[in-house]
Order: sequence, then C-alpha cells, then structure tokens
Amino acid sequence: MAETHLIREARGIGPEAFEAFLETREEPEWLRQARREAWQILRETPKPGPNDEAWRRTDIRALAIEDLATVLVGDGATPPEAMRQIPERRDDLAGGLLLFNGQSLLRWVDERLERRGLIFTDLPTAIREHPDQVAPYLGQIVRPGDGFFAAMNAAFWRNGIFLYVPRDLEVTLPLRAVIGLQGVPTDFSRILIVVEPGAQVTFIDERLADDAVGAAFHNGTVEIHVKENARLTYIALQNWGRYMWNFTHERAFVDRDSTLDWVVIGMGGGITKTFLEVALIGRGATAYMSGVFFFDGQQHADYDTEQDHIAPYTKSDLLYKVALKDRARSVWQGMIRAHPGAQKTDAYQANRNLILSPHARADSIPGLEIMANDLRCTHGATVGQINEEELFYLMSRGLSRPVATRLIVEGFFAPVLDRIPVPDIRRQADTIIHRKLGVPPEEEF
Amino acid sequence: MEDALIIRDLHVRVEGKPVLRGVNLTVRKGEIHALMGPNGSGKTTLAYVLMGHPAYTVEQGEVLWKGQNILELPPDERAHLGLFLAFQYPVAVPGVTVANFLRTALNERRKRLNPEDKGIPIPEFRKLLREKLALLGLEDSFAARYVNDGFSGGEKKRLEILQMAVLQPEMAILDETDSGLDIDGVRTVAEGINRIFGPHMGILLITHYQRILNYVKPHFVHVMYNGRIVASGGPELALELEEKGYEWLREQFAEQPTA
Repeated sequence: MAETHLIREARGIGPEAFEAFLETREEPEWLRQARREAWQILRETPKPGPNDEAWRRTDIRALAIEDLATVLVGDGATPPEAMRQIPERRDDLAGGLLLFNGQSLLRWVDERLERRGLIFTDLPTAIREHPDQVAPYLGQIVRPGDGFFAAMNAAFWRNGIFLYVPRDLEVTLPLRAVIGLQGVPTDFSRILIVVEPGAQVTFIDERLADDAVGAAFHNGTVEIHVKENARLTYIALQNWGRYMWNFTHERAFVDRDSTLDWVVIGMGGGITKTFLEVALIGRGATAYMSGVFFFDGQQHADYDTEQDHIAPYTKSDLLYKVALKDRARSVWQGMIRAHPGAQKTDAYQANRNLILSPHARADSIPGLEIMANDLRCTHGATVGQINEEELFYLMSRGLSRPVATRLIVEGFFAPVLDRIPVPDIRRQADTIIHRKLGVPPEEEF
Repeated sequence: MEDALIIRDLHVRVEGKPVLRGVNLTVRKGEIHALMGPNGSGKTTLAYVLMGHPAYTVEQGEVLWKGQNILELPPDERAHLGLFLAFQYPVAVPGVTVANFLRTALNERRKRLNPEDKGIPIPEFRKLLREKLALLGLEDSFAARYVNDGFSGGEKKRLEILQMAVLQPEMAILDETDSGLDIDGVRTVAEGINRIFGPHMGILLITHYQRILNYVKPHFVHVMYNGRIVASGGPELALELEEKGYEWLREQFAEQPTA
C-alpha cells in the first residue's frame, strides 16, 4: 500500500502553525499577502456552532480545530493503481491531472490545445508560470470572508487545480482531475476555473479516498468564472471515505449569455457541509444545478445552495435528488435570490428525497428572497418513501425486493444521471449506487 | 393437478371487512376462464390475492399451483412459478425503461433457475423484445419509454400484454384488461392475448363487460357476486349476462348469511 513519508507537520490555526506553514511555501509576495489577510480573518471568525443559522443541522462540535494537521509536507506518495489510471485515459480525455495526498503526480494536456492557450495544471505551477491568469481571480470569487472554512482554506490551501480556457476555444473531450487521499489526515484543495468568452469545456472533478482511513479532514474551495457566451459543464463526483469531515465553499460567476451546467454527485464523506452558489452576473446567463446524492450508514451531508440572480433575463434551474439508507441524514437548504434590477428572472429549484429506511432522515428547506417584481420563481420539495404499490408491481414480475428497490432507486436518479454527458461517470455513479444498495449491477442495455 | 390452479374455499378480509367469502375455482392449462360480475363483487381482490398483494389477509382456504399452497409465497416467487397478473391499474415506475424492466425481470427468473446464469445476452434480448413488440403492433421506441409513466390507458394495457408475451407465464390473471379501451383497443389487446395463449398456459380473464369475450373466446364463464362464485357455465352464460345485466343476482343472492 501507498506510504507518504512525512517531512513536516504542525497542528492548529495559531500563529506558529501559520508561520510554519508559510515557511513550507515558495510563493510570490502577492499570494503570501493574501494568505496573511485570510489568516487574519480566520483568527477573527469563530468556529461555526449550532447557533449559526447555516449550521443548525450539522453539529461539528466534535471537530477539534487545534488538532488539525494544517501543515503537512509529505513525499514519496504512490497512489493505488486504480486511482492513477483514471486521468490516464487518453482516448477519452483532452487532459488529465492527479493530485494524491496533496502532491501533483500526473499531468497531461492535448498538445494542440495547449498550443492554443489551454492551461490545465496544478495551482502552484499555474501561479509560477501563469500568474497573470491566476491572480485576478484567486480568492475573488470565494472570499475569505465567506465563512470560517473559506478563510481557513484561503490561508492554508496546499494544492489545487487551475483550468483556463482561452477565448473561443472549444474543447470537445472532457478534462479530468482526481484528488485522491490515502493515509493522510488532512487535505486543503483549491480549484479555479476561468472560461474566457466564447469558449466551451467539460471538466470532471473527482474526489476519492477509501473508507479505511480513520477520521480525516478535507477543506475545499471551488471558484468558477464563465465569461460571455462561454459554456462550462462541471461534473463533481465526491467519493470520500465515510469517516471524512468534508467542508467546501464553491461559487460560480456566470456572465452574459453564458451557460453553466453544474452536476454534483455526492456519495462519500462522513460529515459534509457544502456551500454551492451560482451568481448570474450578466444578462441572459443560465445555470443548471443538478445533484445526485446517495448516503447510507451514518453519513451526514448538508448542502446549502444559492441561486443569485443579479442581472436581468437570467435563468437558473436546480434539481437535487437524494436517496438515504440506514441512519443517513441529509439537509438541503436552497435559496433563490433575485436582486433589485434582476427583472425577467426565471428561477426554479426542486429537491426530491427518497427515504429507504425508517431511521434515515431528510430535511428540505427551500427559500426565496425576491427584490425584483417582474419574474418567475418556483420551488418544490418532497420527502417520500418507496411506494409499496410500485414494489408489488415489480415483484409480481419476478423481481426480488432488493432488485425491485434497486430499479426504483435507479429510476429516481435517472432524470439527473441521464443529463451527464460522460458515460464513464454515469457508470461509476451506478456502481456506487449498486454497492450501497447491496445488489450487483446489470449490464448496460 | 400439476397443470391446474386450484382455489379452495378462499376467504379474504380487507381492512377487517370480508371481501371473498369462500371462492372455489379450478383453471387448467389450455383453458380460458372468464370471471364476470358487478363492481365490488371481489374480482380484483381475488386477482391481487392470487399474486400476493401485501394488503390482503387470507382468513381461510388455499390456492394450489404446481403442487404447493402458494399463499405463503411472496409475489416474486409466485412469478417464478409461472404466475402472472395483468393489472387493472398498472403502476408507473418513473425513470425505468420498459426494456430495462423486462430484461431485469427475465434475468431474475434465469438466475432463480440457475444461480450461475449471467443473464440473457443483449442481442438475444433485443431480438426477443422486437418480436414481441411487433406482435402487439408497438413501435421499437416503446421500449425506451419509462414504465407506464405518462402512458395513455390503452398503452398501459398493451404494456401489460407485452410483459405477458415476454415472460411467457403458465397461468395468467388478466384483471379488466379491456377496461378503459375503445373498441379498436379491445381488439388489439384481444389479438395479443390470442396469439400468446395456447395449451401451455391457462388464463383467468376478469371482466365487467361481455365485449372482450367477442374476441377472446372463453371455455368457461363464472359469475362472482358478493365474494362468491354464484354461477358457472359455458360461453352462453356471458351472453345471458349481457342480456339480463347483473340486477337479477342481487335479487337472488343478496341477503344470504355468511357461511
């Protein structure tokens, strides 16, 4: 098995740990300054507790911040073969990237695209080689002031991904990155995606860790800017181990006449709290937010979404589907916000929950905040169990109860999974769903 | 005995109320039995009980098929014994295509017969499905639709018969397969039933109206009233009912005390 040889480690977010952290980084002054400012904000921000509105349903009192290995410099990591192979499928991809235990281990990009200005690399390399493309955006979309974990990430992020698609470049095959962890206690990741006007790209972001790791911690940030007439399909597959504390702040700016198609597949993690926001900042911008979530055992996942309509004639459409088994618990809090002047906003949000066990629980909390007057906003939330009539119908055709349940769950997710343009991800999601249901998958028809 | 479905003195309650009050009926392979009767006489309850719907409590009696009392078996095991129910109100399964559903059902049965079975090869399944779709005058695209999701009444009934054609049961209970259909619909569905039927299977055809019996010729006709079969005969009984309606049953059988 892979061993990461630890060179240096320090814990907590105090001044000594932060200074020790800065010593491990070789970074330009503007970035060091940004980290210092973020760290100041972090020092002034209390750890969220049950009295904070956004954290009422996710209890993190057991998470000891002072014990977190904020400084962790390792060496010699070898990822499992299966993990290494994913970004290597050159026939199906335009580029691949593997960050394992915080280290950049593999990177390739189609040379023809690279010559035309496509950048797909780890974030430290991007800061060294392309500072002019990184600096204007880094920390400007998700800001340290957005929350405790946003500030912590801005101060302590270790590795990440930079994707830059130059003006009018259409990338047909997807770019794919894996952020993998094995045997390390913490990871701080940061993703920055900039799609210039008229460009198009599909990016797959996969987070992998096995269940064997004891309690681990991940803090991630995702920043996206889709510019005029551009199009980004962003597929995020979260498959962390089931003992992971997982916190992320993710926000996308969607500019004039551009489209963001954002698919989140959440299957892993122990306790997850995620903030996902789209800000429609240009007239005619469109954002789709789709989600497929399946939790079991003791998994707890809390998703806070925001559809922020700032410019007029903007459209957003959110559909999050959640299935829960055993004692799993999910929370979805969604907000549609139409700012003054966001006339002709067309916003929709729906959260559908399928409860497979009597002890599973889903909280679904839609919200609207409307400050414009000529618009259409609708939402729907449902929590339901498997329909006994449906089960009887399927069983009357010879399907056992588990297989009938599998079919119903597959059918529940199908409208969202069918929208994923990458067959490989679809298969992977199916595999995880089947594993959680404890039934073998069918071959494809 | 192996080739007959034997219902003996079947008593069933629904939410505490007696609905079947001593049903006796035998359907052999190669036979079509029509079960007629007014609404509320217990026909659909009988269909559900034969297939194992969990909401019904059997108080008394037995149902023998292939040498065992099937009342103890869950619905999927009854299906594997060759029993089939065409639902009066087929259930929608959103997100699951007709093709996927049918292939899963076929594979479940193959695996039950042989745990090592790897499932029906896809080309073979496609060929089978196309053949059965054609048999019922359905387009290939029908197989890509979600099961009963947004189907018209006629499409739902045709899907029930398509499932019967693919699964090839040995004993089929068809519950009001003609209801909600126009005359062309009845004819199409009836032709499908006739093409599937043969000496290898028995059919219990539950219907409120005589209409479908113009196309599917029953060997026996039974009349159900108030939870019991009160009259049995040949095809002429159906014509008689058509003529007289069900009113005479009320006069003759209404206030009989429960045995």
